Formats: sequence, structure tokens, C-alpha cells
Amino acid sequence: MVDGFVDTPRFRLIEAPPLARFVLRAPDAALKAAGKAYGLALPEGLNQGASHGERGKPGARVALHLGPDEWWLIVPEAEGPEVAAALEAALASHPHSLVEVSHRQVGFVLEGEGAAALLNAGCPLDFSEQAFPPGMATRSLFHRVGLMIWRMAPGLFRLEIDRTLAPYFVTALAEAAKDHS
Amino acid sequence: MLLIRCPWCGMDRPEIEFRHAGAAHITRPGPPDRVSDEEWAAFLYLRDNPKGRVAERWRHVHGCGRFFNAVRDTVTDVFVVTYRAGEPRPPESAPPETLPPETRP
Amino acid sequence: MTAFRSPAGGRIDRSKPIRFTFDGRQMHGHAGDTLASALLANGVHLVGRSFKYHRPRGIVSAGAEEPNALVTIDRGGGRETPNLRATQVELHEGLVARSQNRFPGLRFDIGGINNAFSRFLGAGFYYKTFMGPRALGGTKLWARLFEPAIRRAAGLGRAPAGPDPDCYANRFAHCEVLVIGGGEAGLAEALRRSEDPACRVILCDEQAEFGGWMLVEAPERADEMVEALSARPNVTLLPRSQAFGAYAQNFVAIAQQLADPLALSDPELPRERLWQVRAGEVVLASGAIERPLVFPDNDRPGILLAGAAETYLRRYGVLPGRKIAILTACDTAYGAAFALQDAGAEIVAIAETRTAQGASEIAARAVARGIPVLPGMTIVGTTGHLRVSGVQLGRIRPDGAAEPSGGFTADTVLMSGGWTPSIHLFSQTKGKLRWEEGLGAYLPATPAPGQTIRVIGAAAGEMPPEMRSPAIGALPAPGSPDKVKAFVDFQNDVTARDLRLATREGFRAIEHVKRYTTTGMATDQGKTSNLNALGIIAAETGRSVPEIGLTTFRAPYTPVTFGLFAGQARGDLFDPVRRTPMHDWAERNGAVFEDVGAWKRAHYFLPRRPVDAAASGHAAMHEAVQAECRKVREAVGLFDASTLGKIEVVGPDAAEFLERAYVNPVRSLAVGRCRYALLLNEAGFIIDDGIIARLAEDRFHVTTTTSGAARVFGMFEDYLQTEWPDLKVWQTSVTEHWAVMAVQGPRARDIIADLVEGIDLSNAAFPHMAVREGRIAGMPCRLFRVSFTGELGYEINVPAGLALPLWERLAERAAEFGGGPYGTEAMHVLRAEKGHIIVGQDTDGTMTPDDMGLGWAIGKKKPDFIGKRGLMRPDLVAPGRKQLVGLVAEDRSRVLEEGAQIVPDSLAPAGTHALGHVTSAYFSAALGHGIALAVVEDGRNRVGQVLHIPMERETIAVRVVEPVFLDPEGTRLHG
Repeated sequence: MVDGFVDTPRFRLIEAPPLARFVLRAPDAALKAAGKAYGLALPEGLNQGASHGERGKPGARVALHLGPDEWWLIVPEAEGPEVAAALEAALASHPHSLVEVSHRQVGFVLEGEGAAALLNAGCPLDFSEQAFPPGMATRSLFHRVGLMIWRMAPGLFRLEIDRTLAPYFVTALAEAAKDHS
Repeated sequence: MLLIRCPWCGMDRPEIEFRHAGAAHITRPGPPDRVSDEEWAAFLYLRDNPKGRVAERWRHVHGCGRFFNAVRDTVTDVFVVTYRAGEPRPPESAPPETLPPETRP
Repeated sequence: MTAFRSPAGGRIDRSKPIRFTFDGRQMHGHAGDTLASALLANGVHLVGRSFKYHRPRGIVSAGAEEPNALVTIDRGGGRETPNLRATQVELHEGLVARSQNRFPGLRFDIGGINNAFSRFLGAGFYYKTFMGPRALGGTKLWARLFEPAIRRAAGLGRAPAGPDPDCYANRFAHCEVLVIGGGEAGLAEALRRSEDPACRVILCDEQAEFGGWMLVEAPERADEMVEALSARPNVTLLPRSQAFGAYAQNFVAIAQQLADPLALSDPELPRERLWQVRAGEVVLASGAIERPLVFPDNDRPGILLAGAAETYLRRYGVLPGRKIAILTACDTAYGAAFALQDAGAEIVAIAETRTAQGASEIAARAVARGIPVLPGMTIVGTTGHLRVSGVQLGRIRPDGAAEPSGGFTADTVLMSGGWTPSIHLFSQTKGKLRWEEGLGAYLPATPAPGQTIRVIGAAAGEMPPEMRSPAIGALPAPGSPDKVKAFVDFQNDVTARDLRLATREGFRAIEHVKRYTTTGMATDQGKTSNLNALGIIAAETGRSVPEIGLTTFRAPYTPVTFGLFAGQARGDLFDPVRRTPMHDWAERNGAVFEDVGAWKRAHYFLPRRPVDAAASGHAAMHEAVQAECRKVREAVGLFDASTLGKIEVVGPDAAEFLERAYVNPVRSLAVGRCRYALLLNEAGFIIDDGIIARLAEDRFHVTTTTSGAARVFGMFEDYLQTEWPDLKVWQTSVTEHWAVMAVQGPRARDIIADLVEGIDLSNAAFPHMAVREGRIAGMPCRLFRVSFTGELGYEINVPAGLALPLWERLAERAAEFGGGPYGTEAMHVLRAEKGHIIVGQDTDGTMTPDDMGLGWAIGKKKPDFIGKRGLMRPDLVAPGRKQLVGLVAEDRSRVLEEGAQIVPDSLAPAGTHALGHVTSAYFSAALGHGIALAVVEDGRNRVGQVLHIPMERETIAVRVVEPVFLDPEGTRLHG
């Protein structure tokens, strides 16, 4: 969808490979057990992201704390079933909701020194490193569509957009890129 | 575009991330067979529309997703305070007409 | 070298000549010129015709406040912008400018006849006239014939007719300090604040160069300051950037011009950029605007502000004229006089309205230079038509009147009434102002709550003594002041006489005077006129200016293009469009799409693309829909239901939550079973419907309508978070995760049977209204045995990204069985044959389950659910409510019109109370006749009755029938 679409010396948009995605809803009491089963401690602070391993490679784990009791868990596609089974087993004694949403969203990586400025073409958040430090993850808007923004490093963003709205987002980002040439 | 402090995120966030959700502190009366028609009509349809401070509900729909309450001044659009759903309205956000004249904003 | 260009000096680059045209006339200017300075260099003062009287008008100012010199810039290819101020248009090679509001030409303008009839066009002309005098045929005829002609005669430039080919950019920005205005005060503030490298500073200025008045007086110092700022990484400099709106909490909108000088080189680049800046602190350094003086015939071309003349000379190297008369109430005009004299102009006289000023030190310097200074003198008239040719002077008597006192010939008249702090943006933020008598101006006082805004420099009234003058209002004129035209608002053609007339007619509040006379309106928002208008009204009504008040300053400060507001929201980006995973297949196979919310849904399929457009019309659609319906009833149809809202409800209290949310009993629903469910609002009215499927004790898959998906999800979230936060249950939207294919028809089972793994499809093991999880064609699926068509049917949910290959396989198989895809129109027909409602089509937000014949769905023993108490309201249980029925026209071939009203009597006169209306109407291929659903008062008791539908040319007799037209026993469901 995006190859070569938004690609300048200052920023580059890359579509993520197919991934398994889950929404975990659970009270704080379940966090420890969930983190243990998941192989990555779930970030406790709201609007925080955590990860280990390389994205899309075996063993990689992503956990994004996006609502007070809401975590998004993203793993390589093939590991989805075992991760789900491990979490369900570990959380059996905790009230919780684990729902697979692998195909609900499309993932992107936006990288480059101009990435934050490009996002500001449609996203009203302050991307200074004080206001939006690396490690922060939150939902917001890009023009008319919602998106999840996780800042992994100053010039490295992971984005997740609803599947049907991704074409709009990519087109809008490409249009905005004209203003940054 | 206003900035609204989400009491869950603990951040000032731009207005377009939020959705207004009507008056706050309206209790749904029940159980149904013990509620009079008048009581139910008031719950459904009757709301105050004051000039000044109002307590209202907002949802950080393009953020953490949470509903919360806010006291906003309808004259200045200033958000006096925001607080989580279920919490009582903070006393310092009382309508100005209930305050001594010299302290009114 | 053009006629009025000085040999040296100024900021222009004399080595770079630039060609441009004005009204087709070829002219030359230089890099660094504005259109106004280049026109003046060519000796052109006449640039426009006035709004109402079509009087010849010239350039008055040198900045954003310009009321007269509005031009249309045509960049070719439909790139045309009207109403630009020539004083702000940067000159570039090949620039094409045109004057406005004149026909056939600028020098001879037929509309000038308005000037001769001006006594009929005074204050309130439009209000008085557009009431539509009866004598002229009453209001209707007036509105059709005369009003448009009058409106055409009065106006500004014309909006371009074609689509705007330019593109526009948007940027959100954040900073600690936003400095608005790059004059001396603004530059100094930006320098000071940006010393802290952690302090992000944005500095914007409307002009191409920073420096403001320093560009006239001390350009080298301005350059040094700009250079120092440019070196700081925490500083963002925005030239050509007009802060046009200031809003709550330090939010400022800035319009930046980007491409004009490059416009012809790359049309793909944005032409303008909207900055939406959130600042920790806004510092307003917007300077001051010189006030014109209000004297008779003060609007002829060649009459301009003294400061503007000095700017043209010293910044642009242009002499506005050679023989110059000056009228002033302010010392700064002397500086202009001296500079112009030094550049070779003759200053014929300085008429000084201030009697005492004759003996001042600066007047003495003028006299020493050989310039006559005439204290206590005003101008009582000017001569000239397309250019001023002379002035008549008048001595101001102690009683405030003026008596004629000679005159001078002059090709240019400069005026200065003092300087008005530019506080528009402060006022826009609702900051409080205070009146400063000694300045004749309002100054910023208290910022509005929640606003961190500071005003500095001339905008705050910090002005050197020579800029300070309290003179506002109109100057005295001999004889009746109402016989002369002394303009207050040049742009709106409002004279002192108009304002006096308005006060005499009883308008005393300034807001009323503004609306009645139009003073201070339109593109310049009274930048040069407001205070003189206030002065006149104060004098006329015997009140002080603060008693009169001040009108609201409105955004935008200067006009902003629509394109800037639209930004990227055009074409494909006007609104997001959602396409299902099967969209491309549908498109390849002849689908005609309809919009349902943001979704594109296949409406029907035209397998062979019609050659001409007419074939895609109604007849082709009818034929396609009938064929699709027959395939479903006779073989198998395939329907893309991916747009349905889907919510996964999970948790120990999931059943309890759904039990409280929907009218139906849900706790009793067995795992593996589905239920058709109705959702009400608290008032008791149907707002959505769908299927609740129980996947496990604590896990449900719930569907909603396509358009209701977001609303229902938000409503559930509200109840979960705020009404029943004690329930241990969560919902997750899975609309986008699952693609849904409905396979419907007697052969439905046949085409899926050997693809499905792990699910026994027999009627006994997998009955109607059951759900199973398993695999289909190797991919995980949730398989529903449900039917909206009344046929044996399945809905296959598979992960969206895997769906297309399965769909293609099913489509091939369906075709083998004589079936095929069907669209939303066929779906509507098929469900109407079965009497199934569409929420939002057969319901209108005032319908209860019982009204729709769905009372059976309500769990009668439930203590509460959303809408239960609402359903008990007296009006909702009263007899005579509208109820869903079927209708068949007595002429059975007819298809009724949706929305048509239903009356009891074939001869019912107009205005008869309607019993109800048609909600759905189709031609049923299965039945061979037209069918309709309708809501009719007491409808179920009317089955068998004949009612009537009055249409424009006839009345249609219809028979009321049961709403289920086909297979009322439901035998087809079981295949």
C-alpha cells in the first residue's frame, strides 16, 4: 500500500508485516500474571509502551497501555495462538477480556528526523520530547481518522490505524509530505 | 481549539480528541416500576442551561476512551476542573453565584 | 527607471527588474516591491472603484490595513484570487493584477452613476430598500429583478468560478512563546526569550521581511536582529504569515503564504499553509496603524497616509508625488515631509489642525526648511477626478466651524490623524480594553481568563511622543456638514454624514450603528475607520467614547482563502472512505456502489458494464436487482455484510450486561446459539438491532447495524463506565477484524459444506440461529446460521485480511449452482418480502418494539433494561399508535413511493390527517407484484382494509396486509 509513497530523506513510512494483535482488558491485580505469561511486563503507567525483541521477528513482544484497563498486545503473526492460550491460562482466576483483533488494524513505522513534524500536519499533539517522550503511546487523530502513536525513539514512531482507514491515512500523509519537501 | 485535561491521562489534550456527553451528575432513576412518569420525563428531557459554571460529561474518545466529568464556564469556556466519573463535584468548582461576591471570577 | 522611482535607497533590488501587468498594461518594478509600491513607481494611484458609489480610489496605506487598493491576482489556469490588498502582494515576474468593481473599465466606470445619486444611497440604504416597495411589484418581484442588480453594482472582486487547482497545507505547532509581529518590539522580544535554548519561540510577521517600521528607519539593525534569530535552533521564523485569529488558551491561527513567487514553477507545492499554534504565552507586537483624517473629498486617488508615503519613499524608493500638501494632527507627518523634500518633492504646505502646534519645535524645523506650516487649518475640499489636483483650505474657528481660506494645487495629499494601536487579536481573545484619552485609542487592559497574552510596543500604546495624537472624529467643514462627502470607512463608502444620519435616526449603540451603516465591516474590519467613527458618534450624541463602547473585532484579521480552511480535505481526502476486503472484486464484477455512512457498499451488480450511461439507469438497476433476488430464492446468493458493526463482549458479567442493554432475555441464551435483539434508548424507542451470539459462558459476539456501529459502541461504553461500573465485562470492537459473507439460498449449504472443517452443518447439529467456531478453507471462522432473507443462510466471519480468496471461491461455486453475488438493494427487497425491518428506514426514532410487531422480543420478566421504563410511558402504551403493516396496491404491478402519506379516503382533501406513511417499497420478483411496508395508525386492526395514497396526479388504492409476504411459516429457513 505504501511502498515508496512517503519516502524522503527526512522521513519514511513502512508498512508493518502481518502481526497478531490482542486487546487485553483487565484490572491492575491481573497485571503481574499477564506480564509473566506474556514474557514482557505490561507497562503500568497509562499511555506507555514497552517492547522487547525486533518487531515482527520471533519472540518479539509489544505491550501498549492505552486505556486505564486496556493494553494492546502485538506479537509476530505465528505466535498469536500460543500467546492467547498462555494469557488465558494465566488469567483464569482474574476477570478479564482478551480479544483477538489481528486484522482490525494496520501497522506502520514512520521514521526519520522529520517524522514528528510530518505527524503534526494532521495530529494536534505536541511532539516535543518533553511532551511526548520516547516510550509514550497514545491514541489521537490524524485529520479525520483516529490512530495510535507510539514513540519508540525521537525519530521513530510505530503507528496503528483501523484497516479501512489506513488508505486515507497514507494518502493524507503523502499529501502532507509535499509540504515538507 | 480548547485544551481539556483528561483526569485519566493526566494531560492537557486537544479538544478534538474529546466528545461532549451531556450534563453530569444525572442519576438514572430506578427500578422502573417505582419511577413516576414525571420523574422519568425529567430524567429524559429536563436539563439546566445556566450561564456560568456547568458540570458536564466528556469522553476522551480519541485517547484513553474514558468518560469523565468537567466543570466548565459557559461564558468564558474555561474548564475549572475535570474529575473522574463517579467522583463528586469538587467544592471549589461551585457556581460563582454561590460564592461571596468579592471572590467571584 | 520608472517615473517615480528614486535613483537610490530603499530595500528593493534595482538590479532585478520585474515585469507585471495591471489591467493589461505592461509595467516594471523591482524585486522587493509590493504591487502597490510598483504601481506608485509607475505613477499609478488609481487602483479601484469604491464599494457603493464607484468613486475612483487610490492606494491609502502601505500595509494590511489598506481599505481601497483591493485587486484580483490572476496566476493563470484558474488560479485567481480576488480582494487581495495591493499593499501586501509581493511583486514577481509575470504577475497579472486586475482592478475590481468597475465596468467597463477603471477610468470610465458606469457604476460611477451611483455617485451622482449618492444622497439616496446613505446609511441604511440596503435595509430601507430591500424591504421591497409595493409599488415595484411587491417583495417577490423586487427580490427577483431589482435586488440582484443592485447587489451586483455594489461589491468587491468576483470569486473564481472553477475549482481551486492549488493545494494547501496544515501544521499544528507548539511553542513556549509566540510573538506576533516582527517589528522592533517583536524582534527584541523574540531575541530575549529565545536566549533560553529550551524556550521554543515562533515569530510571525505578515510581510516578506521582518523589521516593520525599522525597514524604513534602520534596516541594517533589523537585518542584524533577524540574522541573530535565524541562528537559533529554537526559533521558528514565519514570514508572510498573518496571525488572523486568536482563540482560547493561547491558540492562534496563522495564514502563511508560501508559493506565490514560485507559483509558476511547481503547482504541486502548497500555496498557503495554515499554522495552528498552541503557545505557552502569546506576545502581541502588532504595532500601530495610522489614522486617516476625515475631511471633505478625502478619498481621491493621490491622498494617502503620511506614514505610508514615507514607507514608499524610504523602503521602496518611490516618490508618491512631486507636489505634496500635508494635513496632519500628528508630528510623524513632519518626518514624512522632510524625507520627501530631501528626495526632491515640493511640500506646498503643512496644514496643522492643532492650533497650538504652530509654535512647536518640529514646526519650526519645517519652516526653516522652507515648508509653510499653517496652524489651525484643515482641508475643506479637494479637486481632481481620477487623481487629486488641489486642496481648498479652511481656517478652524474657535466655535469648531471652518471658513474657506485659500488653497494649493497638489498632485498628492498626505494625512495623519495619529496612530491607533493594533489590538484586534487581543480583543479577539475576549481581553478587556481600556480607553486612553491622550492617545485617542483603546489599549489592552486585562487578558481573558485562561489566556496568557501580553501586548508590547506600539500595540500596547508604548509610542514616542511624536506618534501620539488624540484626534479622532471628523474635521470641521464649512456650511452644512451634511452636504459633503468626508469618508470615514473607505472600504464600505461610509461618510461622516451617514454616521450622523444614523444617530439622528435613533441608532445609538455602536453595534447598531455598525450594522446600519456598515462602518467597520468587510475585509478591513475597520482598521483605519473604527476610531474616527466612534469620535463622530461621540460628538453627535454628546457622550464620551467609552460610553459608546466598541464593536467586536472579528477574525480573520485579514481575509483568508477558503482553500486554507479546507486544507487537505478535498478530493479523496474530503472524507475518509471505508472499503470492505471484497471491494475490488465487487468493482471488477460490475458493482454499483452506494454510500452507507463512510462505507462503500455494493448496491447491485451490472455484470456487463453498460456501454452508455443511460443503460445504468433505473431500468438496468431494476433488472439487476430482480435477477439477484431470483438467484437467492432459487439457488444461492452471496452478500458482503462486512460493514455490520461487530462487538465482542467478554467477562464474567457479559450476559448480565447484554441482558440489561437489549430488550431480549440474554442470560438464558445457550452457548452456541444466537438471538435477534433490539436495542432501545431510555425513551423506549428502537435505535438499533442485530444478532447476539453466545460463543462461551462469558463471551458474546454482537452485531449492530452498519451505520449504528460507532453509536452503539459509544453507548455501551457509557453504560459500562458510568452506569454499571460494577459489572465485570468489557467490550472490544471487532468490526474491522472480521469480514462477513452472507451465503443465502436453498443451495447455501452445498457451496460451503466441503470447505468447512470441524462444524457439523446438519440441521440437527447446527440449526437456524446457531453459531459455531471452526475453520473454513483453512482459516479460522465464526459461522452463523442466520437469515435476513428467509432462506437457508449462513454468515461466515473470517479475518478481514484473508477474506478475498475465500469470497472468490464462494463466488465461483455460487455461479456453478446458478447463483451469484447480490447487493444491498436486493437484500432490502428480500428482507421486505419477509417483513424484516431496517432500523432507520422502517423506524424513525419514535417506534417501539410493539409498533414494529416485535413485542415478542422483550424479556417480560426482566426487572430492567435500557428503555423499559420509557416503554411504560402513557403515550407509548396508548391505543392508536402507528404499527408496521404490509401494503399491496390494488393495481398489483405498482411500486409505491417510500415516504408517501396514507389517508383513509380516496377523496380526502388536502390537509387531511395522514394515518401513516410508506417506509419501504419494492417490486418482488418472487411474488410478481409490488410490496410495501408502512406504519399506519392502529395498523394491525386494519389488515384487509383499503386505504389511499394521494400522489401528485392520482390517488392509489392500497390494501393493508400482514407484513410478512413470503413463507410466513418459515419453512424455507431450513433448506
